Amino acid sequence: MSPVPMKMRDKVILRVVSKVFIPFMFLFALYVQFHGDFGPGGGFQAGVIFAAGFILYGLIFGLRTLREAIPPRIVECGLALGLLLYGGTGLTSILLGANFLDYDALNPAHPTHGQHLGILLVELGVGITVTAAMTLIFYSLAGRAQR
Amino acid sequence: MLIPIEAILFCFLIVMAVVIAQLEDLFAAAMLTGIFSLLSAGLFTVMDAVDVAFTEAAVGAGVSTVFILGTLSLTTKWEDQQAPRIWPFAAVGIMGAALIYGTLDMPGYGEIHSAPNQHLARQFIEIETQAFLDSHGGGHAEVEHAPAPEEAHTPAGDEHGAAHGSSDAEAASEHRQKAVGLPNIVTSILASYRGYDTFGETAVIFTAAVGVLLLLRTRRREEDAEDEEEAQEHAPSPQAEASP
Repeated sequence: MSPVPMKMRDKVILRVVSKVFIPFMFLFALYVQFHGDFGPGGGFQAGVIFAAGFILYGLIFGLRTLREAIPPRIVECGLALGLLLYGGTGLTSILLGANFLDYDALNPAHPTHGQHLGILLVELGVGITVTAAMTLIFYSLAGRAQR
Repeated sequence: MLIPIEAILFCFLIVMAVVIAQLEDLFAAAMLTGIFSLLSAGLFTVMDAVDVAFTEAAVGAGVSTVFILGTLSLTTKWEDQQAPRIWPFAAVGIMGAALIYGTLDMPGYGEIHSAPNQHLARQFIEIETQAFLDSHGGGHAEVEHAPAPEEAHTPAGDEHGAAHGSSDAEAASEHRQKAVGLPNIVTSILASYRGYDTFGETAVIFTAAVGVLLLLRTRRREEDAEDEEEAQEHAPSPQAEASP
Protein backbone atom coordinates (compact mmCIF):
# COMPACT_ATOMS: atom_id res chain seq x y z
CA MET A 1 0.00 0.00 0.00
CA SER A 2 1.50 3.23 -1.11
CA PRO A 3 0.11 6.40 0.41
CA VAL A 4 -0.41 7.72 -3.09
CA PRO A 5 -1.91 4.92 -5.12
CA MET A 6 -2.66 6.24 -8.58
CA LYS A 7 -5.71 4.08 -8.79
CA MET A 8 -7.46 6.06 -6.09
CA ARG A 9 -7.93 8.84 -8.57
CA ASP A 10 -10.11 6.60 -10.70
CA LYS A 11 -12.49 5.63 -7.94
CA VAL A 12 -15.47 7.85 -8.49
CA ILE A 13 -16.99 7.54 -5.05
CA LEU A 14 -13.76 8.37 -3.27
CA ARG A 15 -13.13 11.28 -5.59
CA VAL A 16 -16.58 12.80 -5.31
CA VAL A 17 -16.96 12.25 -1.59
CA SER A 18 -13.56 13.65 -0.77
CA LYS A 19 -14.11 16.65 -3.00
CA VAL A 20 -17.32 17.38 -1.19
CA PHE A 21 -15.76 16.81 2.22
CA ILE A 22 -12.49 18.69 1.93
CA PRO A 23 -13.97 22.22 1.98
CA PHE A 24 -15.96 21.34 5.07
CA MET A 25 -12.83 19.96 6.70
CA PHE A 26 -11.10 23.28 6.11
CA LEU A 27 -14.12 25.17 7.40
CA PHE A 28 -14.22 22.99 10.50
CA ALA A 29 -10.49 23.51 11.00
CA LEU A 30 -10.99 27.27 10.87
CA TYR A 31 -13.84 26.96 13.34
CA VAL A 32 -11.69 24.92 15.71
CA GLN A 33 -8.87 27.42 15.27
CA PHE A 34 -10.80 30.57 16.01
CA HIS A 35 -13.38 29.15 18.37
CA GLY A 36 -10.73 27.51 20.54
CA ASP A 37 -11.10 30.33 23.08
CA PHE A 38 -14.69 29.38 23.72
CA GLY A 39 -14.99 25.68 23.03
CA PRO A 40 -12.70 22.72 22.82
CA GLY A 41 -9.93 23.00 20.32
CA GLY A 42 -7.17 25.38 19.47
CA GLY A 43 -4.23 25.85 17.19
CA PHE A 44 -2.84 22.36 17.46
CA GLN A 45 -6.07 20.52 16.72
CA ALA A 46 -6.99 22.95 13.97
CA GLY A 47 -3.57 22.56 12.38
CA VAL A 48 -3.89 18.80 12.34
CA ILE A 49 -7.39 18.94 10.82
CA PHE A 50 -6.22 21.41 8.21
CA ALA A 51 -3.27 19.20 7.34
CA ALA A 52 -5.62 16.19 7.24
CA GLY A 53 -7.56 17.99 4.51
CA PHE A 54 -4.38 18.43 2.48
CA ILE A 55 -3.35 14.85 3.11
CA LEU A 56 -6.75 13.51 2.04
CA TYR A 57 -6.45 15.54 -1.15
CA GLY A 58 -2.98 14.13 -1.69
CA LEU A 59 -4.14 10.57 -1.04
CA ILE A 60 -6.97 10.76 -3.54
CA PHE A 61 -5.60 12.96 -6.28
CA GLY A 62 -1.94 12.10 -6.07
CA LEU A 63 1.08 13.73 -4.54
CA ARG A 64 1.93 15.76 -7.61
CA THR A 65 -1.48 17.40 -7.76
CA LEU A 66 -1.12 18.35 -4.11
CA ARG A 67 2.38 19.69 -4.77
CA GLU A 68 0.99 21.87 -7.52
CA ALA A 69 -1.81 23.12 -5.30
CA ILE A 70 0.45 23.83 -2.33
CA PRO A 71 4.12 23.98 -3.31
CA PRO A 72 6.43 22.49 -0.65
CA ARG A 73 8.41 25.73 -0.67
CA ILE A 74 5.39 27.62 0.65
CA VAL A 75 4.71 24.96 3.28
CA GLU A 76 8.33 25.21 4.43
CA CYS A 77 7.91 28.96 4.79
CA GLY A 78 4.72 28.37 6.79
CA LEU A 79 6.58 26.06 9.14
CA ALA A 80 8.89 28.89 10.14
CA LEU A 81 6.24 31.59 9.85
CA GLY A 82 4.03 30.07 12.55
CA LEU A 83 6.87 29.87 15.05
CA LEU A 84 7.95 33.39 14.15
CA LEU A 85 4.40 34.63 14.70
CA TYR A 86 4.41 33.07 18.15
CA GLY A 87 7.84 34.43 19.02
CA GLY A 88 6.98 37.76 17.44
CA THR A 89 3.96 38.13 19.70
CA GLY A 90 6.26 37.53 22.65
CA LEU A 91 8.80 40.05 21.38
CA THR A 92 6.05 42.61 20.79
CA SER A 93 5.00 42.33 24.39
CA ILE A 94 8.65 42.87 25.41
CA LEU A 95 8.88 45.92 23.17
CA LEU A 96 5.71 47.25 24.77
CA GLY A 97 7.43 47.05 28.13
CA ALA A 98 6.05 43.84 29.61
CA ASN A 99 7.38 40.33 30.07
CA PHE A 100 7.84 37.87 27.22
CA LEU A 101 4.38 36.63 26.11
CA ASP A 102 2.58 38.90 28.58
CA TYR A 103 -0.39 39.77 26.39
CA ASP A 104 -1.76 42.36 28.79
CA ALA A 105 0.66 44.82 27.21
CA LEU A 106 -1.00 44.45 23.80
CA ASN A 107 -3.95 46.49 25.01
CA PRO A 108 -3.08 48.30 28.25
CA ALA A 109 -6.50 49.90 28.53
CA HIS A 110 -8.23 46.51 28.49
CA PRO A 111 -5.80 43.80 29.62
CA THR A 112 -8.42 41.13 28.96
CA HIS A 113 -8.75 42.23 25.35
CA GLY A 114 -4.98 42.19 25.09
CA GLN A 115 -5.02 38.63 26.38
CA HIS A 116 -7.58 37.62 23.80
CA LEU A 117 -5.61 39.21 20.97
CA GLY A 118 -2.40 37.60 22.16
CA ILE A 119 -4.00 34.17 22.45
CA LEU A 120 -5.53 34.53 18.99
CA LEU A 121 -2.15 35.36 17.43
CA VAL A 122 -0.30 32.70 19.35
CA GLU A 123 -2.84 30.01 18.48
CA LEU A 124 -2.69 31.09 14.86
CA GLY A 125 1.07 30.63 14.98
CA VAL A 126 0.67 27.15 16.45
CA GLY A 127 -1.93 26.29 13.83
CA ILE A 128 0.26 27.40 10.92
CA THR A 129 3.29 25.53 12.21
CA VAL A 130 1.36 22.33 12.89
CA THR A 131 -0.35 22.40 9.49
CA ALA A 132 2.99 22.91 7.79
CA ALA A 133 4.75 20.25 9.85
CA MET A 134 2.12 17.58 9.19
CA THR A 135 1.93 18.41 5.49
CA LEU A 136 5.71 18.36 5.15
CA ILE A 137 5.98 15.01 6.89
CA PHE A 138 3.38 13.67 4.48
CA TYR A 139 5.29 15.15 1.53
CA SER A 140 8.50 13.53 2.70
CA LEU A 141 7.01 10.10 3.43
CA ALA A 142 4.87 9.93 0.32
CA GLY A 143 7.59 11.36 -1.90
CA ARG A 144 9.89 8.62 -0.77
CA ALA A 145 7.27 5.90 -1.04
CA GLN A 146 6.56 6.85 -4.63
CA ARG A 147 10.02 5.93 -5.81
CA MET B 1 -29.80 2.42 34.34
CA LEU B 2 -26.23 3.57 34.66
CA ILE B 3 -24.04 2.18 31.93
CA PRO B 4 -20.41 1.81 33.03
CA ILE B 5 -19.22 3.31 29.76
CA GLU B 6 -15.69 3.94 31.03
CA ALA B 7 -15.24 0.31 32.00
CA ILE B 8 -16.60 -0.82 28.64
CA LEU B 9 -14.26 1.49 26.75
CA PHE B 10 -11.31 0.30 28.84
CA CYS B 11 -12.18 -3.31 28.04
CA PHE B 12 -12.28 -2.46 24.35
CA LEU B 13 -8.88 -0.77 24.67
CA ILE B 14 -7.36 -3.84 26.31
CA VAL B 15 -8.84 -6.16 23.68
CA MET B 16 -7.55 -3.87 20.96
CA ALA B 17 -4.05 -3.74 22.45
CA VAL B 18 -3.86 -7.54 22.70
CA VAL B 19 -5.09 -7.95 19.14
CA ILE B 20 -2.58 -5.41 17.83
CA ALA B 21 0.24 -7.22 19.62
CA GLN B 22 -0.90 -10.55 18.15
CA LEU B 23 -1.41 -9.46 14.55
CA GLU B 24 1.24 -10.19 11.99
CA ASP B 25 -0.46 -8.22 9.25
CA LEU B 26 1.00 -4.78 9.80
CA PHE B 27 -1.61 -3.07 7.65
CA ALA B 28 -4.40 -4.38 9.88
CA ALA B 29 -2.36 -3.47 12.94
CA ALA B 30 -2.00 0.09 11.65
CA MET B 31 -5.75 0.39 11.15
CA LEU B 32 -6.39 -1.02 14.61
CA THR B 33 -4.03 1.57 16.14
CA GLY B 34 -6.31 4.16 14.60
CA ILE B 35 -9.32 2.52 16.21
CA PHE B 36 -7.41 2.34 19.50
CA SER B 37 -6.86 6.09 19.33
CA LEU B 38 -10.51 6.70 18.51
CA LEU B 39 -11.57 4.62 21.52
CA SER B 40 -9.21 6.53 23.79
CA ALA B 41 -10.60 9.76 22.37
CA GLY B 42 -14.05 8.54 23.40
CA LEU B 43 -12.72 7.70 26.83
CA PHE B 44 -11.23 11.19 27.20
CA THR B 45 -14.54 12.72 26.19
CA VAL B 46 -16.36 10.72 28.82
CA MET B 47 -13.77 11.92 31.34
CA ASP B 48 -14.46 15.56 30.38
CA ALA B 49 -11.03 16.09 28.85
CA VAL B 50 -12.51 17.33 25.61
CA ASP B 51 -9.43 19.12 24.33
CA VAL B 52 -7.28 16.05 24.83
CA ALA B 53 -9.93 13.90 23.17
CA PHE B 54 -9.94 16.27 20.22
CA THR B 55 -6.19 16.02 19.84
CA GLU B 56 -6.24 12.27 20.20
CA ALA B 57 -8.93 11.90 17.54
CA ALA B 58 -7.22 14.24 15.09
CA VAL B 59 -3.64 13.11 15.60
CA GLY B 60 -3.94 9.53 16.79
CA ALA B 61 -6.86 8.31 14.73
CA GLY B 62 -6.29 10.58 11.75
CA VAL B 63 -2.90 11.79 10.73
CA SER B 64 -0.64 9.32 12.50
CA THR B 65 -2.48 6.38 10.91
CA VAL B 66 -1.68 7.88 7.53
CA PHE B 67 1.94 8.30 8.54
CA ILE B 68 2.14 4.70 9.75
CA LEU B 69 0.68 3.53 6.43
CA GLY B 70 3.18 5.71 4.59
CA THR B 71 5.99 4.12 6.58
CA LEU B 72 4.58 0.67 5.83
CA SER B 73 4.75 1.39 2.14
CA LEU B 74 8.48 1.95 2.58
CA THR B 75 8.98 -1.37 4.35
CA THR B 76 6.93 -4.55 4.24
CA LYS B 77 3.38 -5.46 5.09
CA TRP B 78 4.14 -8.46 7.26
CA GLU B 79 5.82 -8.76 10.59
CA ASP B 80 8.99 -10.85 10.72
CA GLN B 81 8.43 -14.22 12.30
CA GLN B 82 10.37 -14.39 15.52
CA ALA B 83 10.48 -16.84 18.35
CA PRO B 84 8.82 -15.33 21.40
CA ARG B 85 11.43 -13.74 23.61
CA ILE B 86 11.13 -13.74 27.34
CA TRP B 87 13.21 -10.71 28.34
CA PRO B 88 11.33 -7.98 26.50
CA PHE B 89 8.08 -9.44 27.80
CA ALA B 90 9.44 -9.46 31.35
CA ALA B 91 10.67 -5.87 31.00
CA VAL B 92 7.26 -4.71 29.80
CA GLY B 93 5.51 -6.67 32.52
CA ILE B 94 7.69 -5.21 35.28
CA MET B 95 7.25 -1.72 33.89
CA GLY B 96 3.48 -2.13 33.78
CA ALA B 97 3.43 -3.45 37.34
CA ALA B 98 5.52 -0.47 38.46
CA LEU B 99 3.09 1.93 36.78
CA ILE B 100 0.11 0.28 38.44
CA TYR B 101 1.95 0.44 41.77
CA GLY B 102 2.53 4.13 41.11
CA THR B 103 -1.17 4.78 40.62
CA LEU B 104 -2.00 3.39 44.07
CA ASP B 105 -0.91 6.69 45.58
CA MET B 106 -2.98 8.79 43.23
CA PRO B 107 -6.28 10.30 44.31
CA GLY B 108 -9.41 8.60 43.05
CA TYR B 109 -10.88 9.53 39.68
CA GLY B 110 -12.80 12.79 40.04
CA GLU B 111 -11.85 13.10 43.71
CA ILE B 112 -12.87 16.58 44.78
CA HIS B 113 -10.51 16.62 47.76
CA SER B 114 -7.42 15.78 45.73
CA ALA B 115 -4.60 18.30 45.79
CA PRO B 116 -5.00 19.66 42.23
CA ASN B 117 -8.75 20.07 42.60
CA GLN B 118 -8.26 21.92 45.87
CA HIS B 119 -5.42 24.22 44.85
CA LEU B 120 -4.25 24.95 41.35
CA ALA B 121 -7.28 23.95 39.30
CA ARG B 122 -9.61 25.66 41.74
CA GLN B 123 -7.56 28.85 41.66
CA PHE B 124 -7.55 28.92 37.90
CA ILE B 125 -11.26 28.30 37.70
CA GLU B 126 -12.11 30.92 40.30
CA ILE B 127 -9.84 33.58 38.81
CA GLU B 128 -11.06 32.89 35.32
CA THR B 129 -14.72 32.78 36.24
CA GLN B 130 -14.37 36.13 37.97
CA ALA B 131 -12.56 37.66 35.01
CA PHE B 132 -15.05 36.31 32.52
CA LEU B 133 -17.98 37.68 34.46
CA ASP B 134 -16.18 41.01 34.92
CA SER B 135 -15.48 41.40 31.24
CA HIS B 136 -19.04 40.54 30.30
CA GLY B 137 -20.60 42.91 32.79
CA GLY B 138 -22.93 42.00 35.63
CA GLY B 139 -22.63 38.84 37.60
CA HIS B 140 -20.51 40.51 40.28
CA ALA B 141 -22.80 39.57 43.07
CA GLU B 142 -22.80 35.93 42.12
CA VAL B 143 -19.07 35.58 42.47
CA GLU B 144 -18.49 38.02 45.30
CA HIS B 145 -19.01 35.33 47.87
CA ALA B 146 -16.07 33.36 46.54
CA PRO B 147 -13.05 34.09 48.73
CA ALA B 148 -10.82 33.08 45.85
CA PRO B 149 -9.13 36.29 44.67
CA GLU B 150 -7.59 37.10 48.03
CA GLU B 151 -6.36 33.66 48.91
CA ALA B 152 -5.27 32.98 45.36
CA HIS B 153 -3.33 36.19 45.06
CA THR B 154 0.13 35.14 46.11
CA PRO B 155 0.79 31.99 44.08
CA ALA B 156 -0.70 33.26 40.86
CA GLY B 157 1.08 36.55 41.34
CA ASP B 158 4.39 34.68 41.56
CA GLU B 159 3.79 33.05 38.23
CA HIS B 160 3.26 36.29 36.48
CA GLY B 161 5.97 38.28 38.17
CA ALA B 162 5.06 41.72 39.33
CA ALA B 163 1.96 43.40 38.02
CA HIS B 164 3.24 45.85 35.48
CA GLY B 165 1.89 47.41 32.34
CA SER B 166 -1.58 47.20 33.78
CA SER B 167 -0.79 50.05 36.18
CA ASP B 168 -2.42 52.51 33.83
CA ALA B 169 -5.50 50.37 33.52
CA GLU B 170 -8.71 51.30 35.19
CA ALA B 171 -8.78 51.31 38.96
CA ALA B 172 -11.06 48.34 39.20
CA SER B 173 -8.65 46.05 37.48
CA GLU B 174 -5.86 46.95 39.89
CA HIS B 175 -7.61 45.00 42.57
CA ARG B 176 -8.59 42.31 40.17
CA GLN B 177 -6.51 39.21 39.83
CA LYS B 178 -4.53 39.18 36.62
CA ALA B 179 -6.57 36.91 34.42
CA VAL B 180 -7.36 35.94 30.86
CA GLY B 181 -11.12 35.77 30.98
CA LEU B 182 -11.83 33.11 28.39
CA PRO B 183 -14.60 30.55 28.76
CA ASN B 184 -12.28 27.71 27.76
CA ILE B 185 -9.86 27.52 30.65
CA VAL B 186 -7.70 24.98 28.83
CA THR B 187 -6.92 27.57 26.16
CA SER B 188 -6.19 30.21 28.80
CA ILE B 189 -3.73 27.93 30.53
CA LEU B 190 -2.09 26.66 27.35
CA ALA B 191 -1.72 29.95 25.55
CA SER B 192 -1.41 32.48 28.34
CA TYR B 193 -0.54 31.11 31.79
CA ARG B 194 1.75 28.55 30.21
CA GLY B 195 2.45 30.43 27.00
CA TYR B 196 6.16 29.86 27.37
CA ASP B 197 5.67 26.08 27.48
CA THR B 198 3.47 26.15 24.41
CA PHE B 199 6.11 28.21 22.64
CA GLY B 200 8.57 25.44 23.44
CA GLU B 201 6.15 22.81 22.17
CA THR B 202 5.70 24.67 18.92
CA ALA B 203 9.46 24.85 18.60
CA VAL B 204 9.61 21.09 19.17
CA ILE B 205 7.11 20.50 16.35
CA PHE B 206 9.13 22.83 14.15
CA THR B 207 12.35 20.99 14.98
CA ALA B 208 10.73 17.60 14.41
CA ALA B 209 9.50 18.63 10.97
CA VAL B 210 12.93 20.03 10.09
CA GLY B 211 14.49 16.76 11.24
CA VAL B 212 12.11 14.71 9.09
CA LEU B 213 12.88 16.95 6.15
CA LEU B 214 16.63 16.57 6.62
CA LEU B 215 16.37 12.79 6.93
CA LEU B 216 13.83 11.96 4.24
CA ARG B 217 14.29 14.72 1.69
CA THR B 218 17.87 14.14 0.78
CA ARG B 219 17.57 14.06 -2.98
CA ARG B 220 15.40 16.96 -3.72
CA ARG B 221 16.89 18.03 -7.04
CA GLU B 222 16.69 14.56 -8.55
CA GLU B 223 13.15 14.19 -7.30
CA ASP B 224 12.08 17.40 -8.97
CA ALA B 225 13.71 16.31 -12.18
CA GLU B 226 11.88 12.99 -11.98
CA ASP B 227 8.64 14.79 -11.37
CA GLU B 228 9.11 16.90 -14.46
CA GLU B 229 9.86 13.84 -16.55
CA GLU B 230 6.80 12.09 -15.24
CA ALA B 231 4.69 15.15 -15.85
CA GLN B 232 5.78 15.22 -19.46
CA GLU B 233 4.77 11.61 -19.85
CA HIS B 234 1.27 12.66 -18.76
CA ALA B 235 -0.10 12.17 -15.38
CA PRO B 236 -2.28 9.09 -14.82
CA SER B 237 0.05 6.64 -16.47
CA PRO B 238 -0.47 2.96 -15.70
CA GLN B 239 3.12 2.68 -14.46
CA ALA B 240 1.73 3.41 -11.03
CA GLU B 241 3.90 1.34 -8.78
CA ALA B 242 1.16 1.33 -6.24
CA SER B 243 -0.68 -1.72 -5.12
CA PRO B 244 -3.90 -0.83 -3.40
